[in-house]
Amino acid sequence: MSVNLTLLTVMGALYACGIYLILERSLTRVLLGLMLLANATNLLILATGGYAGLAPFFSKDTDPASYSDPLPQALILTSIVISFAVTAFMLGIIYRTWVLARQDDIQDDIEDRRVAETPSFDAEDDAVIPVETSEFPLPMRGPDGSVAADPTATVEAGGRTLLAEHAALEEKPGSGNITTDRNTGTENGTDTDGGAK
Amino acid sequence: MNLASLAPLAVVLPILGAALTFVLIRHSRAQRAVSICLLSLTLLLECLLLASVWNGGTSAVNIGGWIPPYGIVLVVDQFSSLMLVVSSAVSLAVLVYATGQGMADGDQDAPVSIFHPTYLILVAGVSNAFLSGDLFNLYVGFEILLTASYVLMTLGGTGPRIRAGVTYVVVSVVSSVLFLIAIAMVYGATGTINMADLAIKLSELDQGTKTLLHVMLLVAFGIKAAVFPLSFWLPDSYPTAPAPVTAVFAGLLTKVGVYAMVRTETLLFPGDSLNTPLMVVALLTMVVGILGALAQSDIKRLLSFTLVSHIGYMVFGLAMSSVAGLAAAVFYVAHHITIQTSLFLVTGLIERRGGSSSVDRLAGLAKLSPLLALLFFVPAMNLAGIPPFSGFLGKLGLMQAGIGLGTPLAYALVIGGVLTSLLTLLAVARVWNRAFWRKAEDAEHPDPVLLAPIPDVERDTATEGGTAVRLLPRTMVGPTLGLVVLGVALTVFAGPLFQVADQSAAAMLDRSAYIQAVLGDGAPVPALALSGGGK
Repeated sequence: MSVNLTLLTVMGALYACGIYLILERSLTRVLLGLMLLANATNLLILATGGYAGLAPFFSKDTDPASYSDPLPQALILTSIVISFAVTAFMLGIIYRTWVLARQDDIQDDIEDRRVAETPSFDAEDDAVIPVETSEFPLPMRGPDGSVAADPTATVEAGGRTLLAEHAALEEKPGSGNITTDRNTGTENGTDTDGGAK
Repeated sequence: MNLASLAPLAVVLPILGAALTFVLIRHSRAQRAVSICLLSLTLLLECLLLASVWNGGTSAVNIGGWIPPYGIVLVVDQFSSLMLVVSSAVSLAVLVYATGQGMADGDQDAPVSIFHPTYLILVAGVSNAFLSGDLFNLYVGFEILLTASYVLMTLGGTGPRIRAGVTYVVVSVVSSVLFLIAIAMVYGATGTINMADLAIKLSELDQGTKTLLHVMLLVAFGIKAAVFPLSFWLPDSYPTAPAPVTAVFAGLLTKVGVYAMVRTETLLFPGDSLNTPLMVVALLTMVVGILGALAQSDIKRLLSFTLVSHIGYMVFGLAMSSVAGLAAAVFYVAHHITIQTSLFLVTGLIERRGGSSSVDRLAGLAKLSPLLALLFFVPAMNLAGIPPFSGFLGKLGLMQAGIGLGTPLAYALVIGGVLTSLLTLLAVARVWNRAFWRKAEDAEHPDPVLLAPIPDVERDTATEGGTAVRLLPRTMVGPTLGLVVLGVALTVFAGPLFQVADQSAAAMLDRSAYIQAVLGDGAPVPALALSGGGK
C-alpha cells in the first residue's frame, strides 16, 4: 500500500493543532480543536484507501486491481456527517453558555469544589460522643444505674448545678452554654459584653 | 422464516417511533402512547430473538443483501440478545417513569415533547451497537446513542446541565475520534472492518501491530465504559441530568462500552496478551471509584461513583478470559444494568419526596414513606452484594473464577472486590441511615416538605408556587417498583440466567459459531492461542 506523503504531513499538522486546541479553556477553541481532529481522522481514513489516481467507478472492462478502494470514502462521508452534527450541537451549547454566563470558558463544578473543601471531620459520623439521632432516646442514667427520669434531677458540672437534660444538651457539639439561672445568665452576658468593650 | 432475520426491527422500530413522535410533537398524549407501544413491541421482539438464539444458535442478517465481508452485518448471538432484552426492559421502565414525571409536573422543568423522539433514538443506537457485526457500524451505533444522549443531558439548557454537557460532549467526541482512528488503522492493516472477518485476519498480523490496534480500541471503549484512568468525566456529568435520563445513562451507556470491550477481547483479540494490564485497571477502577463514592454527600454523585467502581467487576471478569470469569461478567452486566437504573430512579423519587438529593439535608423518609424506604433498601443491598441478592451471586461467580485462576494478581483482585463490596455497603448504609432513619430536625436545612405534618403527607401533595404537585405519583412509583421486582427476579431466576451467561461465554471464547454464522459454514476458524489463563 502506498501513501501520499503530503496528505500524511497535513494530517500530522492537523492532529497537533487539534490536540493543542482542545487543551485550551476557551470553548470555541475546544470546538475548533475537535473539528481539526475529526478532519485529520478523515485524512487518515482516506490514506488507508491507497494512492489516488485509480479508477473510481465500476465498469466491467476495468481490471479489479486498478480500482480505487471505495469503502474509505464511504466511511469518510459518514464521519463527516456525524462531525457536522456534533459541531452544530457544540455551537448551540457554546451559545447557551454565553447567554447564561457571559463567558466562553469551561466552568467548574460547584458541588465538586464543595466536596473538595469538606473537612474530613464529620460531626455526625466522627464525633467522639455520638449525637443521639434515634427517635427513641435512651433514658439518662445516674452513676448508680438508676434511671434519672426525674425532670428536676441535677448534676454538678463546671462548678455549677445544672438540670440533667441541660447538661446533656451541652455535650452536643455546636450547642451553646445553657444556664439554669436567669440571674447568672444576665450576669454572664454583661460580663462578656464588658470584656468585648 | 427464521425469526432472527427480524433482528433489524430492533433498530428500525425505535427509529420509526422517533419519527412518529416527532410528527406528533404537539400531541403529548399520542406521543406517550406511540413511544410506549413501540418500545414494548421492541422488547417483545427481542424476547423472541433471545428465544430463537437459545434454540437455533447464532445467526446473522446481511443488510441490503451484500455478501458478508463487504456489507453491514447484524449478528444475534446469546450475549447480544441477552443485552438487548435487559436494556429494552430497563429503557421501557425508565420511559414510563419519565412520562409519569412529565404528566405529574407538566412541561415546566424540561421540554418533554422533544424527550420522546430523542429517547427512542437513544434506544435505537444502543440496539444497533449491540447487534452490529461490523466495526464501523458499531461506531455509527455509538454516535447515534451519543448524539441522542448529548440532547438528553442538556435537556432544558439550565446552567449546571450545560456545564456538565460540555464535559460530556468533549470527552465523548474525543473517544469517538480515537475509535475512528482505530478503525482506520484496522482497515489499513487488514483491509476489512467486518468483525468476523477481522477475527480471522487480525490473527495473521505481527504481534506489535496487533497490540497497537488492541490498545487503541480498548482505550476508545474504556473512555465510554468509564474504566479507571478514563472515568473522571462520568461523576462530573451524569448527576446534573434529569433523574430518568441519569438512570438510563447509568444503566445502558457505560454497558455499551463494556459490551464493546468484551467483543474486542473475545472476538477480535483472543488470548491473554493484555490481560495483566486489564486486571490492574480493573482493581484500580473498583477501589478508586468506591473511595470517591464515600466522599460524596449528594446521592446522585455517590451512585455515579459506585457505577464507575462496579464497572471494575465487569472488567475483572473479562480480563480473566476463562469461561467462568466471562460468564460471571455477563451475569454481572445484566444485574448491574437493572440495579443501577432502579437506584437512580429511586433517587429521583427521594428528591421529589424529600426536596433534595443531598444526604445532609434529607431525614426521616422511612416514616414519611415506608414504600420508598423499601424501594431504596432492596436495590441498595443488591448493589452492595448482600446474600441472597443477584449482586452477591455475580460477585461470588467472579471470586470463584478469580480463585480458580490462582495467580497472585487474581487473588489481589478478589480481595479488592470484597473490599469494594464492603465499602459499597458503607456508602449506601450512610444514605440509608441519614435519609431514612434520623429525625427531620437533625438534618441541615431540611426541606419544609420533610417537616410537614403526616396528614399532609398522606394526601401525597404539596403546594409549590400555587399548583399542587404530586410528590409520589403512581406512574413514577410503578415503573420503579417494576425494576426493583425485575432485580429480585434476577436473583430468583439466577440459575437459568447463569446458564445463558455460561453458554454465551463459552460461545464467545470459542468464536466458531460467530464466525461461521457471518461468513458461512466453510469459514476457517483460527486456533486460539490461549495460555494458562483458560481452564
